[in-house]
Amino acid sequence: MAQTAEAVRAETPPEPPPKGGSGPDGPRRRRTIPTPYLLIAPALVILTLVLVWPVVQMVWNSLHSYTIRNLLPNAPAPQWNDFGHYRRLLSDPEFWTILRNTVVVCVLMVGVTMVLGTLVGILLHKLPRWFSVTVSVGMMLAWATPAISASLVFRWLFLPERGLVNVALDRLPDWLVGSGWLNYNWFLEPLSLFSVLISVIVWQSFPFIAVSVLAGLKSIPYELYEAVRVDGAGGWRSFWSVTFPMLRPLFALLLVLQIIWDLRVFTQLYILANSFQNKEIYLLSYYIYQQGFSASPANYGMGSAIAVVMTLMILGVTAYYLRIMIRQGETR
Amino acid sequence: MTATTGAAPATPTTYRRRRRPSLPVLLNRAGLYAAGAAVFLFAVFPVYWMVATAFKPVGEIFSKDTRLFPGTLTLEHFDRVINGELIPGVNFWEFLVNSLIVTLGAVAAGAVLSLLAAVAVARFRFRMRSAFIILLMVIQMVPAEALIISIFINFRRFQDATGIQMLGNLSGILVVYTAVSLPITIMMLRGFVAAVPKELEEAAAIDGASPWTVFWRILMPLVAPGLVAASIFAFITAWNEFIVALTFLGRSTEEYTLPLSLSYYFGRFGTEWGSIMAASTLLTLPVMAFFLFVQRRMVSGLTMGAVKG
Repeated sequence: MAQTAEAVRAETPPEPPPKGGSGPDGPRRRRTIPTPYLLIAPALVILTLVLVWPVVQMVWNSLHSYTIRNLLPNAPAPQWNDFGHYRRLLSDPEFWTILRNTVVVCVLMVGVTMVLGTLVGILLHKLPRWFSVTVSVGMMLAWATPAISASLVFRWLFLPERGLVNVALDRLPDWLVGSGWLNYNWFLEPLSLFSVLISVIVWQSFPFIAVSVLAGLKSIPYELYEAVRVDGAGGWRSFWSVTFPMLRPLFALLLVLQIIWDLRVFTQLYILANSFQNKEIYLLSYYIYQQGFSASPANYGMGSAIAVVMTLMILGVTAYYLRIMIRQGETR
Repeated sequence: MTATTGAAPATPTTYRRRRRPSLPVLLNRAGLYAAGAAVFLFAVFPVYWMVATAFKPVGEIFSKDTRLFPGTLTLEHFDRVINGELIPGVNFWEFLVNSLIVTLGAVAAGAVLSLLAAVAVARFRFRMRSAFIILLMVIQMVPAEALIISIFINFRRFQDATGIQMLGNLSGILVVYTAVSLPITIMMLRGFVAAVPKELEEAAAIDGASPWTVFWRILMPLVAPGLVAASIFAFITAWNEFIVALTFLGRSTEEYTLPLSLSYYFGRFGTEWGSIMAASTLLTLPVMAFFLFVQRRMVSGLTMGAVKG
């Protein structure tokens, strides 16, 4: 109802007579800027120019043969290439490997982060306040560490010969972890490199989940837990019959955010891999960058096609996020 | 949410205290403390290791006899990072200044733009309002990593057409950083503006205050904490950003921001871990200071509305 009225008002000429004063809208009209459109205009302009329009261009670029040569003065315009990039990607086993690795690594990052974050959130809720605050502050340090610093520290921790992890594994008894760890290079093979990558990401992102879950837990009335306890439910049961249903919207949102953030991981991989030589360790965002800025010649068309694939994956997840937000009334 | 955060944690604690602790309860509690300590160590250890390495003398870092605590402390790495040349010809201070220009520039521009938009969204009903909010939510999700090629080409073409330099200097990344944090800062501020009772403004207006006075004397003081939180969020985003800087600054080393200078340093002198860790520590410190300050707001900003108190 109210919205219809607003809609009608928006259609009336943008400059109402200054002596308006009709009903409850009086004070609102006295603002110096008569229309909200003027207020959002600056933000809208910069968002459109920097983020919205490039989405359109990304699709256009991906459909044309577009390399760094097309940027030279007097160069011919990029040519339509009849879905060439997509056809090449789809028939390229290397691309499928990269896509599969991206999905698997992302699922592992998100899964471990969510489970660990939730467990820590519940733990923080059970600890006495002073201890919970102490642990939270410690977690903030992990969360606050810039991606580049975090990647460098993990590179240093897992360095062959002098990295602490290798030294520690080497000093542990051989029957427990095997031998030869001192010289083990974590950064050459996909399996070991991705393990380190997942460790960095989980280390940096579980605090956000834990703190969010903690905030959610505080909002659940304690009587609900008392009620299920009277019914004889243990910790496991009370989690699934009270906590999870109550926090379902929160979990859904955290899951979506985490998927989106982890699909685009770049900095950590850039530092850990430290080169573009080994295609086996590429993830999608890394592949985009490599095609666009590291390959010779830089292939903007191909890079954009990969970017389109990644954007479609993210938009699929975002659609779900939007549904949650709209249902919660966040867009009203 | 604000109402429950203060009161809720008291309930379980008092409940637990009412019981006389028996052996299983004590064991259970010991387990909880141990788990808490383990989480704390897991979270803090890499940060500790970064700082500890930064203070270790070179001899100790190179020694095969790795020790958990530094035997001797030294400032040589910090001295090298701050007073030496992180990249030949350019020193730490120049990178710091570059980072500060971009970050503070993006924060200032973002604060103005997002406050205006937040007031529009929180105070007015207009036809495009829902569309605008949905646009913010979608745009917040589209990763810069996917758009970076298009933005790069745009800047390059703009530069060729107008002669205004966008690549290889700070202006291009400043524009991108401003745009990237806008969706979240607008949504964060929207909540703060909406929380200011409209009656307050109306009462002032009836008392004869001009709209300008109402804005500065009534709205601003009440929205200020939100503006600080949103600004710190924008600050952290820009301060930490890596891939856009890497792409747009290219070989112009004298324009590098701190994160970029660090990666360059690592790429070239990968064995000087003491200095790399010292530089990382210097990069990390300001973020940590700010972070502890706004962490709660960031959680609620990122999970808008999902936790209904």
